[in-house]
Amino acid sequence: MNFQKRLLRAEPNFRILAKLWQVNWLYVLLICALAMVGYGALYSAAGGSSHPFAGPQTIRFAIGLVMMVCVALMSPRVLTRLAWPLYGLSLVLLVAVLRMGHVGKGAERWLIVGGVQLQPSELAKIALVLVLATWFHRVSYRRMVNPLYLLPPAAMVLLPVGLVLKEPNLGTAVIIGVVGATIFFGAGMRLWQIALLLLPLPFLGKFAYSHLHDYQKARITTFLNPESDPLGAGYNIIQSKIALGSGGMWGQGYLHGTQGQLNFLPEKQTDFIFTMIAEEWGYVGGIAVIGLLMLMVIGGMLIAMRSRNQFGRLLGLGIATNFFLYCAVNLSMVMGTIPVGGVPLPLISYGGSAMLTVMFGFGLLMSAWVHRNDHFGEAGDRS
Amino acid sequence: MVRRRKTLQRLMSRPDADTPSRGVFTRRALVVLGAQMAAFGLLGHRLYGLQVVEGDHFARMAENNRVSRRLIASPRGRVVDRFGIAVASNKVNWRALLLPEETSDIPGTLDRFSALVPIEARDRARIEREIRHKRRFIPVMLHDFLSWDDMARIELNAPSLPGVLIDVGTTRNYPFGPLMAHVVGYVAPPGDKDVAQDQTLALPGMRVGRAGIEQTQDGLLRGQVGAVEVEVNAVGRLMSELSRDEGQPGDEITLTIDSGLQQAVLGRIADQSASAVVMDCRNGEVLAMVSNPSFDPSLFDSGVSQAQWQEWATDPRTPLINKAVAGVYPPGSTFKPAVAMAALKAGTLSPTDRIFCPGYLDVGGTRFHCWSRYGHGALTLKEGLKFSCDVFFYEVARRTGMDAIAAASHSFGLGTNLDIELQHTRAGLIPTPEWRRAHGQHWNGGDTIVSGIGQGFVQVTPLQLATYVSRIASGRAVQPHLVRAISGRQTDGTDGGHWPALDMPEPFLAQLRAGMYAVVNEEHGTAPKAKLDIPGVQMAGKTGSAQVRHVSRALRESGHFDSSSLPWEYRPHALFICFAPYDAPRYAAAVVVEHGNAGAAVAAPLARDIMTDTLTRDPANRKEPPGQVVAEVEDFE
Repeated sequence: MNFQKRLLRAEPNFRILAKLWQVNWLYVLLICALAMVGYGALYSAAGGSSHPFAGPQTIRFAIGLVMMVCVALMSPRVLTRLAWPLYGLSLVLLVAVLRMGHVGKGAERWLIVGGVQLQPSELAKIALVLVLATWFHRVSYRRMVNPLYLLPPAAMVLLPVGLVLKEPNLGTAVIIGVVGATIFFGAGMRLWQIALLLLPLPFLGKFAYSHLHDYQKARITTFLNPESDPLGAGYNIIQSKIALGSGGMWGQGYLHGTQGQLNFLPEKQTDFIFTMIAEEWGYVGGIAVIGLLMLMVIGGMLIAMRSRNQFGRLLGLGIATNFFLYCAVNLSMVMGTIPVGGVPLPLISYGGSAMLTVMFGFGLLMSAWVHRNDHFGEAGDRS
Repeated sequence: MVRRRKTLQRLMSRPDADTPSRGVFTRRALVVLGAQMAAFGLLGHRLYGLQVVEGDHFARMAENNRVSRRLIASPRGRVVDRFGIAVASNKVNWRALLLPEETSDIPGTLDRFSALVPIEARDRARIEREIRHKRRFIPVMLHDFLSWDDMARIELNAPSLPGVLIDVGTTRNYPFGPLMAHVVGYVAPPGDKDVAQDQTLALPGMRVGRAGIEQTQDGLLRGQVGAVEVEVNAVGRLMSELSRDEGQPGDEITLTIDSGLQQAVLGRIADQSASAVVMDCRNGEVLAMVSNPSFDPSLFDSGVSQAQWQEWATDPRTPLINKAVAGVYPPGSTFKPAVAMAALKAGTLSPTDRIFCPGYLDVGGTRFHCWSRYGHGALTLKEGLKFSCDVFFYEVARRTGMDAIAAASHSFGLGTNLDIELQHTRAGLIPTPEWRRAHGQHWNGGDTIVSGIGQGFVQVTPLQLATYVSRIASGRAVQPHLVRAISGRQTDGTDGGHWPALDMPEPFLAQLRAGMYAVVNEEHGTAPKAKLDIPGVQMAGKTGSAQVRHVSRALRESGHFDSSSLPWEYRPHALFICFAPYDAPRYAAAVVVEHGNAGAAVAAPLARDIMTDTLTRDPANRKEPPGQVVAEVEDFE
């Protein structure tokens, strides 16, 4: 400990080393373990080849890892200053994607910037976490009794939610909304305020359903009765359940999952990668992966709780919740528990933009850990 | 409350840091974490339900997804004649196929292909329709029956024809064409009804027997369809083979027919509308069965044109009907031996009895004429047969009665369903008073009289006549049959001892044979033209001329009646039945020339030539066809 303190007080170069030392390498190891699972699954999804999925994905992961460590070294002061520009950029991109985005399955979702597919909604999630953490870092728990202090952050949540809904990407909009709500909750929103907010929710839900797009309604109805259209919209759900079921307790064996290897399983390298893993490794393998994901979430929450500044805590809570929601929505989707939506399984599914944003998020989480003892610009909460 | 919060904080964080927001956060973060863990727990539970509890159910569905059973057609069995010469076989059919997924420019490929091998506009439309409707990896047929030249051109231009491949299938080949058509029959593509009964018929190239041996032996010829279980992926492409059952090729059917003899018989019949059956009278093997005119059975394989159907359907000489089994004719005088047998058995006639023929017989106020206006005088049975005296048999029939005549006829196979391996056969008719009553009519004595000379309601087929004369010759109840062996295993009837003796005393049968001998070989017999030109071998036979139209008494009595001046379709049928050699009967034959006018003049010489051919070839005693090779047949297999 003394050694560390000495390092922190020393030359800037040494300070970086000290910060690197502070990075929670155990957590990084956990991230790498999940990435390894992802590599194995993508190798199998390509029929036993690192081409075309597993290889490129590993390169992205390596880039993501470096990026994560870089972000981890950034101090909260820098991050709070970055929050607003980043949030602004994400809004601009969300508008841009509405205007000239590429249509995928009835929804406008991505932009192509310099040959790279970009999903602004992914960036918006991280930017929202960052900007909310920044806001509530400055607004003390006591002051939050006054609802006026809740209005600006509420607008910060509703703006991206509205834009993503317009894409229209219901799944991501819900995730953004829930992440925002969780941060409100963690920041200390009063329970009566919450109750007051929840009251009109059923009416809102009814209103929302009437404004859903046909393909979204179709997803809901086929989810309720997938056999009604076995070769159409229900196909994905049925095939995913068949593949899961055929895995049984111990699985069909690595590279021997019949449904995945024979392409009955749709989008097996992206959204349905968990199905493929559970088919080949069985219930045992599936539970192992769920266990790893749980450890990731628990770790994230613990990091959040260990922070001695509100910014770090809320940042950690937001990132961990975002990760949790990704996992929960994806797993529910492949098990036929909620309607299908294009939500990948973080760190495991094939895809560059999701991988990079997830790693960026972990970088923020790691920064909260590295700077857990910093005090800066906190509103007069001390008493 | 405070203490608990402190405890938590001691657990969760460093004790020196404490702000209200941190305490609130820690509590609420734990709530959130708890909810998250609960959600993971539910997902794990759901996974357990899907994978372990319902696992078997989904695993079965997965197996259905994965495994596809495909059938493989097995080659249809050949049909060969008694010497192993192919009568129906499978011909290789070279086809050009197009695999749509292997060509990026389908119209261009088709254009280039049709520049080499022309495709008709109708075919082109079919091809384009199939390409649109089938999966892209299922080949579509462009052209079949390619010649070597066509194939060479296609192979040479292969680089400009991506996706075009040459494949080999089979079609049914009938080397003898019309010669064997009525016996062998033909095959045609299965209809919807067939497919509904037997799914395997949906396989490409499968054919169903529609007539003749092809139809009655269809099950044997078709064999067992093989099956292969393959693993397929989601779009149905074959990934690997799991198991294979080759199936069973169809049986080879060996016919009793001697194709060389068949050819000789048809050659002798030439263009007459006629039917002839030659049998081995000891075992019932049908050595030749000719029905003329005939048709080309290979036309049915790909479907018969409307014009062709029209032509066949309107031809008065009925080329599509096998006259040997489905043509019914009054037997005329050829019926007389059967009547004689009935009388001998009934005791109403003894071999030495004489019956006087004045040229007519009056029964119940009706006068029945003999063909000889001046009468034959007093005749024994043998003489009655020899001269074919009508009055003699009027009287015999009158004495014996119709029921006894019918019984004897049925024993000889006349008017019965002979159990031959052909469909669409007819039983003909031996009328009885009971039959007449069943049709609400009264049987009168005159009906028995005219039946005595094979006229009236009596109707028989040429095959029945051949069976009848075979039974007279051999004394055994031989059944005519066409199948000699199935894949080399001989059928029961091949051995003559298989057939039971007729319920007729041998001396009576000898009387009939002697009478028939006299017809051909004695002076003033009715068929001197039928005498064989082979030293030491005699033939016995019986003529018949069957009226198809009533000849009025006035016309007959005018003495100017000449049936050959009638239009063709009103002339009497000419019939002849015979067997040879007389002293050791082996071969029997029946000939019916439709509207041939006179049995003695037309049918008898024809039968003589046929019997001469039969005796010369002697198929019953040979293992190989004699001398010259009849037809060198192109036969792949």
